Amino acid sequence: MKYFTRLRVRRIYEWRGAALGFNRKLQTYEYGSLSIRVEGLPHSTVISAGQHILIEGDDDDNPYVARVVRLFADESGAQKKAVVQWYVRVSEVPPGKLKLLGRNPHPQEVFFYEGRSCEDEVNAESVLRPVQVRHLDAAAPFPVSEDGDIFYVKLSWDSRTFRPVDPSLLDASRPPCRSLPLSPPSSPPAAAPAPGGPARRALPTPDPAVMRGAMATPASSRKPGAEAESLHSLTKLSASKCLSAKRRSATCRTPGVRKKLQLSSPDDPAALRDDVLQQLLEAELEKGRRSAAAASPSEPLRITHSLTPLRRTSRTPGRHDDFPLTPCSVRRRESQSETDSPPAGDDLSSPQLESSSSRRRVALRRNHATFRETTSTKRKEVQTGTEPVLEVLDEEEEKNCALRIPRRQSALKVSSRIRKQLNLLDDRLSSDEDEEEEEFVPSRKELQSDEEEDDEGDEEEDEELKVKKSRRSSSSAASRTKQKTSARTPRKAGPKTPRTHHHATPSIPNRAQPARRPGNILEEARARLHVSAVPESLPCREQEFQDIYSFVESKVLDGTGGCMYVSGVPGTGKTATVQEVMRCLQHAAEQDEIPPFVFIQINGMKMTDPHQAYAQILQKLTGQKATADHAAALLEKRFSHPAPRKETTVLLVDELDLLWTRKQNVMYNLFDWPTRRHARLVVLAIANTMDLPERILINRVASRLGLTRMSFQPYSFKQLQQIVTSRLNKLKAFEDDALQIVSRKVAALSGDARRCLDICRRATEICERSAAQLVGMSHVMQALDEMFSSPYIAAIRSASTQEQLFLRAVIAEFRRLGLEEATFQQVLVQHQALCRVEGLQPVGVSEGLAACRRLGACRLLLLEPSRLGVLQRVRLNVSQDDVLFALKAD
Amino acid sequence: MSKRKAKDAHLPIGECINQVHQILRKRFCHQQLPDKPEGVEAQHKHLAELLKRTAVHGESNSVLIVGPRGSGKTMLLRSVLRELSQETEVQKNLLQVHLNGLLQTDDRIALKEITRQLQLENVVGDRVFGSFAENLTFLLDALKKGDRSSSRPVLFVLDEFDLFACHKNQTLLYNLFDVAQSAQAPVAVVGLTCRLDVLELLEKRVKSRFSHRQIHLLSKLTFPQYLERVRDQLSLPDDFLDGKFAQEWNAAVTMLCLSRVSVARPSITPADLLDASRLCLADANANMLHGLSILELCLIIAMKHLNDVYEGEPFNLQMVHNEFKKFLQRKSNSMYNFEQPVIMKAFEHLQQLELIRPADGASAKTQREFQLMRLMLDHGQIMEALQKYPQCPTDVKQWAMSAFA
Repeated sequence: MKYFTRLRVRRIYEWRGAALGFNRKLQTYEYGSLSIRVEGLPHSTVISAGQHILIEGDDDDNPYVARVVRLFADESGAQKKAVVQWYVRVSEVPPGKLKLLGRNPHPQEVFFYEGRSCEDEVNAESVLRPVQVRHLDAAAPFPVSEDGDIFYVKLSWDSRTFRPVDPSLLDASRPPCRSLPLSPPSSPPAAAPAPGGPARRALPTPDPAVMRGAMATPASSRKPGAEAESLHSLTKLSASKCLSAKRRSATCRTPGVRKKLQLSSPDDPAALRDDVLQQLLEAELEKGRRSAAAASPSEPLRITHSLTPLRRTSRTPGRHDDFPLTPCSVRRRESQSETDSPPAGDDLSSPQLESSSSRRRVALRRNHATFRETTSTKRKEVQTGTEPVLEVLDEEEEKNCALRIPRRQSALKVSSRIRKQLNLLDDRLSSDEDEEEEEFVPSRKELQSDEEEDDEGDEEEDEELKVKKSRRSSSSAASRTKQKTSARTPRKAGPKTPRTHHHATPSIPNRAQPARRPGNILEEARARLHVSAVPESLPCREQEFQDIYSFVESKVLDGTGGCMYVSGVPGTGKTATVQEVMRCLQHAAEQDEIPPFVFIQINGMKMTDPHQAYAQILQKLTGQKATADHAAALLEKRFSHPAPRKETTVLLVDELDLLWTRKQNVMYNLFDWPTRRHARLVVLAIANTMDLPERILINRVASRLGLTRMSFQPYSFKQLQQIVTSRLNKLKAFEDDALQIVSRKVAALSGDARRCLDICRRATEICERSAAQLVGMSHVMQALDEMFSSPYIAAIRSASTQEQLFLRAVIAEFRRLGLEEATFQQVLVQHQALCRVEGLQPVGVSEGLAACRRLGACRLLLLEPSRLGVLQRVRLNVSQDDVLFALKAD
Repeated sequence: MSKRKAKDAHLPIGECINQVHQILRKRFCHQQLPDKPEGVEAQHKHLAELLKRTAVHGESNSVLIVGPRGSGKTMLLRSVLRELSQETEVQKNLLQVHLNGLLQTDDRIALKEITRQLQLENVVGDRVFGSFAENLTFLLDALKKGDRSSSRPVLFVLDEFDLFACHKNQTLLYNLFDVAQSAQAPVAVVGLTCRLDVLELLEKRVKSRFSHRQIHLLSKLTFPQYLERVRDQLSLPDDFLDGKFAQEWNAAVTMLCLSRVSVARPSITPADLLDASRLCLADANANMLHGLSILELCLIIAMKHLNDVYEGEPFNLQMVHNEFKKFLQRKSNSMYNFEQPVIMKAFEHLQQLELIRPADGASAKTQREFQLMRLMLDHGQIMEALQKYPQCPTDVKQWAMSAFA
């Protein structure tokens, strides 16, 4: 029981001397040295800046090695912190990378760490003792020494390559060569903060008492177990109550929006939430006591967490984190670090600064993500207490600010955008082409390419993470990785499946020359009319947008789950609307208006087997690869058990009907999970048929799907017209009449917006060929003709003489028999007779059969399998009238 | 003949004939592309513009080329591709994937083939690793990562498109069309099919994603145009080695003018053409009759009579035998007097040749003599075969001719 032995050694940390200075920007006190006293022993150890130290890690035998760069305490003086320069032990380097070394590593060898994926700010109370680190020349042999406290540095490791280390780097007097943008006193917070970014920190803290309470806990963390625990719970209680009260009032202020669909949110969320909160806290306390008392070796992790309370008090530890008190602001901080990173990265000793800039950014973000996750749960995983005070404060503030901002902001923004566009449509005639308005297509593209960049970075980031992972490489790796990825930020447009670096990356090679930009108005119009072009907003679906938005938003806010069934014929904007809603919600989550959530989407058509749905969901959720059965089990566990810091998951299931199986297990599970207490899963199911639940779903599935349904009606001609005009966005490429006829025609046939856009696109092509400036009536008519006219008549007219005769013979035989079916033999007799009438030589059996088969291949005739020879039966696939019409006009 | 030989001093006539054979075979058998498409200029332009926009502008498109067999769908596509490949901008960028519904009979095979042809990263050598599901997600991820302006456009050519529509759930088609309709890697999906009702094969969501562009290839040739085409195809090019021979050849072709060109007769005659067409149109079933024994032929005739009497109702061996016996009684000579087992054997032989086949629903359990059968030959075929049958006994012939036995 390693664990208890460590507990018994209680270290006491004290600052030596008064603070050297006070950093007003960061609200920290700088100290020169720190003394560590082991309880019960007289002598104490002194740690000062520049010294090498061992830091408590998750592996007791191999604590982390680092050099102290700076010691400081936060404003209240409670939290002792240190900024360190990490060294990487041999055991922390991924085994695969050790090969790069080209020799066997010395057991006492460490590598100067130059990567950026490790937090360099640690809790000073995790420092164990000083240690010696000596620099050796790359060529020099390792001295023979049995002293475990001397380490040797030869190389540096930046998570990808080993490089000879510059001895000056090891020099104690050197200022930190890299650090978190906010932590060193030299780097001020971003001068011009991005909107919604760090600027918000400048807002007055809404309730300092709460914040103090929240901050106070770390100080108490070293107090004996039970006391610490209760204090911790108390502060947590008060802090969370305050916050929930705030939240409640915030929610109350916008009641109408959330109740739009009369969804399953409770009538009095406030009362309910209080109850739940109380319950949870009690349960938590109880659990803490129990586990502290009965520390069994089988549950070392639980003991850890109960004995070492969390720094972040607003977050309930353990499995009972159920109330949405903890909006994470990774996105926001990411953007902040993005704005800050260039200056910080300037003195980075990496040679490929330029290429690595995006990667670094991503690494930073990931750094935050993992970091947050670790702090929230188990002490053992905490990077030995690397808790930047600022971030806690920062986050709390953000949350409070966020709560006071009307949550409907982004939805309002969208509707205002829609409104704006409608206005534009109205005065389209008065004002001519507006350059600015035209620009939205390219800007969209930039956005996409940004995303691309992020994605690319993602793979390399995995590599860097290896180091990080190995630092935390102890038991229960699986469960932790799961949490880690689930804590990731909401993704912009559907998460990319994470991959391990050794795996092949799916990609299409890049083109040699860049794609040409649209050259003239017609080309521009064509680009905008392409179905793939993402419009600024979705006109004509405002109501549906609002409904779905408020449904998902209310679920995310309440932290509950639910299902919604969306139906509508193809091309009515179901998927587009839902995706637009998710984009807006994700935007809102980034702005901290609503708690963050994970959005994943699966498509029944994009999997080979309904059961693959499990595997895909799991992979998109956690990045794990598993077989369908295993994935189902894991998901089942995930959604039925409480977990700390669980974010709401929004799952979009497209083409739901494809997930049908005989026992309907997949559908059952998809709709059953949201009803679980701890699932926090919102399922949006999309399918074509309105009455799918009644038709193919068995009762238990249909019942779970619930009654929240929405059906998308086919577009009316006015709506279609509006869609096209809004896409064209004041680009004068179509005559009004021409647009109207397309819309009317499509609306009459299917109401499929894709069809409408395709026809318009084709019309621009026809127009271009005829060298006209404006797409007119004739062009549109021609396009309509091409798309809607049946090819049969033309095909009959262009058929050969014998084929035409054969068709006539078929009709003659049908008339004679009074049936719509005849054998080939019978038709042949008629055919030969017709030949004689026409003055042609009667055809033989093989010629007749050949003609018959040609017609059969075009599906003008329907034939039985040809092995039946002359006995095969013949039917017409077109109406007799059509055939006669086509042949008569000849 | 010798006179002609003397005139063509430049080249021996044998050499010329060899050359002609080579040129014509290249044209007809190796699908040599004509220099420019004829009669399909509009379609050619449409397709070329479409593919060019995909290659150059990165616009995703989908199109179907529909036309009866032999109407030049593949020719059209290939000539467009040839034309496009002459532009470096296109040549460097465009990735091509060719699939055939007859080869890629299900989505699993098709996906592997696509991945192989695209040389994605899960391809090692010529082998594609991973399960069906993995391949699908891999390909979709690959396409999803691309974007309009930066990734290379991919051209998917689906030959026998209608067969792809028979795949389970039409997963492949849905995904291809979906990629073409969303902001992913630019793709152009070109389907070739001879079925006019191909759109009705598509599921509604697949159909909605298809752009509904169809290029119809229907031959609109009148007889003179057709003639012109044949003449062009048969004529020798101007740069033929032996100018004089070419002139004469072309003159003969113009006269109207196939195979069987030999040293003895160095140009085509109409009779040759007719002969060739007769060979092509020869009826295998009728030819088979020529190889039958007299007894088998008699049985066939008996069946024909039965068909006449009972209007195509199925018959069994016993009925045929009775009919045959009636004929024998009338003839009163015992030339064709066969035992029942012999007749049985002949009957079975006919069944093996598939000249007769069991009627629908006839169970195999019934005794062989009473199994209902249908004749697979037409009246005309039998008569025609009888005419040509070597040394057919006159009485048999007469029996066949007579309306009733």
